[in-house]
Amino acid sequence: MTRFLLRKALGMLGVLLALSLVIYAVFYIAPGDPAQLACGEKCSPAQVLQVRERLGLDAPVYLQYAHFLQGLVAGRDFSAGTGLLHCPAPCLGVSYRSGEQVTDMITARLPVTASLALGAMVLWLVLGVGTGLLSALRRGRLSERLLTGLTLAGSSVPVFVIGLVLLIVLCAQLQWLPFPSYVPLTEDPQQWFWGLLLPWVSLALIESAKYARLTRASMLEILADDHIRTFRAYGVSERQLVTRHALRGALTPVIALTAIDLGTMFGSAVLTETLFGLPGLGKLLVTSVGLIDLPTVVGLVLVTGFFVVLANVIADVLYAVTDRRVVLT
Amino acid sequence: MAPQKPTTGEARTASPAAGGRQVWRRLLARRAARTAGLVIVLLTLIAVAAPLLSALEGQDPTSYHNDLLDSAAGGVPTGTLGGVSAEHWLGVEPGTGRDVFSRLVHGAQISLLVAVGATFVQVTIGVLLGLAAALGSRLLDQLIGNTTEVMLALPSLVFAISLMAVVPSDFPRPLLLTLVIGLLGWAGTSRVVRAQTLSLRQLDYVAAARLGGASRWRIARRELLPSLAAPVITYAMVLLPTNVISEAGLSFLGVGVKPPTSSWGQMLSGATTWFRADPMYVLLPSALLFATVLAFTVLGDAVRTELDPRAASRLRVGTADDTAAGTTGPATERTAEEASA
Repeated sequence: MTRFLLRKALGMLGVLLALSLVIYAVFYIAPGDPAQLACGEKCSPAQVLQVRERLGLDAPVYLQYAHFLQGLVAGRDFSAGTGLLHCPAPCLGVSYRSGEQVTDMITARLPVTASLALGAMVLWLVLGVGTGLLSALRRGRLSERLLTGLTLAGSSVPVFVIGLVLLIVLCAQLQWLPFPSYVPLTEDPQQWFWGLLLPWVSLALIESAKYARLTRASMLEILADDHIRTFRAYGVSERQLVTRHALRGALTPVIALTAIDLGTMFGSAVLTETLFGLPGLGKLLVTSVGLIDLPTVVGLVLVTGFFVVLANVIADVLYAVTDRRVVLT
Repeated sequence: MAPQKPTTGEARTASPAAGGRQVWRRLLARRAARTAGLVIVLLTLIAVAAPLLSALEGQDPTSYHNDLLDSAAGGVPTGTLGGVSAEHWLGVEPGTGRDVFSRLVHGAQISLLVAVGATFVQVTIGVLLGLAAALGSRLLDQLIGNTTEVMLALPSLVFAISLMAVVPSDFPRPLLLTLVIGLLGWAGTSRVVRAQTLSLRQLDYVAAARLGGASRWRIARRELLPSLAAPVITYAMVLLPTNVISEAGLSFLGVGVKPPTSSWGQMLSGATTWFRADPMYVLLPSALLFATVLAFTVLGDAVRTELDPRAASRLRVGTADDTAAGTTGPATERTAEEASA
C-alpha cells in the first residue's frame, strides 16, 4: 500500500510538472506584452521596462520557469516599488493585473467552488443512489427504460442550459427560489444554502441519472452473485441481505466515480459560476483569461490539474478499501 | 472494402460487407435510433440550407434592426414573444435586433461543423497514436503512454479556455475551436485503439500475415484497421455529442465563436442579461442544443449496442459508464485497461 501510494505520488508530480510546462509554453508564445499589460495603457516605455525588470520578465523563459518552480517549492521575493514583497512557499506568482498573490486569490475563492461542488455532490448522490437502489430492488422493464431515458437526457443537457431553464422557471416566473448568490457559510448558513440551491440542483440533475444507472446495474450484479445466493440459501432475510452484504459491494464503483467526478467538477464549475455569477475559481479563470493574466491562469490550471490527479489516486485507493478483491500494485 | 473514417452518423464496418449491412439494418429497426437519425439528417439539412432558409425568410443573420427594439426597456424587442412577426419568424435578438431565425439556422452550421470536425481530429490522432504505441518500439509506447496520461489529467475545458484566449483573434474561430477541441480530446481513443490492437495482434490471422512476410505498415492497414473500425466508430459516436457541448460551452463563455458569427452557444452567452426580459431568445437555442445532443447520444447508444454487444453488456452490469461522462476522462481509462488486461 505504501509503495503504491509512493509510486502514485511520484507519477502525480510528473504529470503536474508536465502540465505546468505545457501551460507556461503556451502562454509564453501568447501575443501581448505582459509587462505592458501589468503597467497599463498609459505607461511610458521606460516605465514598462521597469515593470518588466521588477516582475522578472526580462529573463529568458526557461529561467522564468525555473523561478516559478522555485517559488512553488521554497517561496520567492518580488521587488514591489519601495520594498520586497515576500511570497511564501506554495507561491504561484503575482497577478500582473492586481498585483495580488495568486495563491491568495485562489484560496480566497476556493470556498465558493468547494461549496458548489460538495453541495451538488451530496444532492446527486442522494438522488442518484436512491433511485438506483429503488429501481434495482423493485425490478421492472418500465423503471429500467425510464432510467435509461433519463440518463440519456441528463447527459444531453449542458449544465448552462438546464441552469438557464431552471432560472427562468423557478426564479423569474414562479419566484419559488431566490436568484443564486454566494454568502459564506460562516456568515449566514441559511442564506448560503438558499443562494446555492439552484446551482446545486442544476449540477445534480445532470449527474444523478448517471449514478442511478450505475447503482442499479452494480446492485443487480451483486445480488446475482454466488455469495449472496449462498446467504439467501442460509435463510438470511432479504432486507439484511441488501443492507449488510450487497450494499457495500454495490457502492464501490459509485464511490470511485464520485471521486473522479469531483475532480473534474471544475470544468462544470466554470460554466455554472459564469451563468449564476458566483465568485469562484471558474469565474476567476474566465476573467483572468480575458485579461491575459499569465500567473493567475497558470496557477488555476495547475490547481485544477492537481485536483483531477488527486481524485484519480483517491478513486484507486477507495476501490481497494471497499472492494477487497482489488490488489494495489 | 476499405476502412472508412467515421465522419458521419452512418455506421459502416469494414469487416465483411454483409456485417456492415446487417448492422445498418438492425439500427434502422430500432425506433429510437431511427428517430435520432432523422433528427440529425434534418439538422444537417438545415445547416446546409442555412443561407437558403434565411433568404426564404428575407433576412440575414448580421444586419441590425434597431427600429424593432424598445430602447426605453433597454433594447428588448417590441411585440410578443421576442418580436415575432411575418418578417422575423422567431423574433429578433435583444440589444441588436438581428434576426433570430437566421442566426439559429446559421448557428447549426457552426455547431455541427465544429463537432464533426473535432471528432474527426480526435479519432485520427487517436487511431494513429494508438496504433503506433501498440506496434512501435517499447520506448515509443512509453512516450505515447505518458503523453496520454498527461492529456487525461489535463482539465480540458480549462485548458481549452486558455488556448482560445491566447490565439490572435484574426485566426478563424470555428477552425480554432475544431482544432482545440480535437487536439485536447484524443487520449481516450488512443487508449482504446492501443488496447484493442494489442489483443488483436495475438490472433492467429495476424500471425499468419506476419509469417507471410507482410510489413508492419501493411499489417496495420490491411489486417488491424478493419477490425478496429467497430470500436473506433463506437467511440467516435460517444465523442460527437460531447464535442457539441464543448463548442457550445466555449462559445457560451465568450471565447468560442464571436459575433457577428453565430452559434447556439454564442447566442446563449447573452442569456444571463436577457433571460428575464426575453425568455424566448434564451429558450430557442437551448432547445436546439438539447435536441441535437440528445439525438447524437441516442444514436451513439444504439450504434454501440449493435456494433459491440460485449461492451454494451459490460455497461449494463456497470463497471464504467463512459457515455454519460462530460469529459472523456478516467472512466474510459479504466475500460481501456480492462480491455488490455
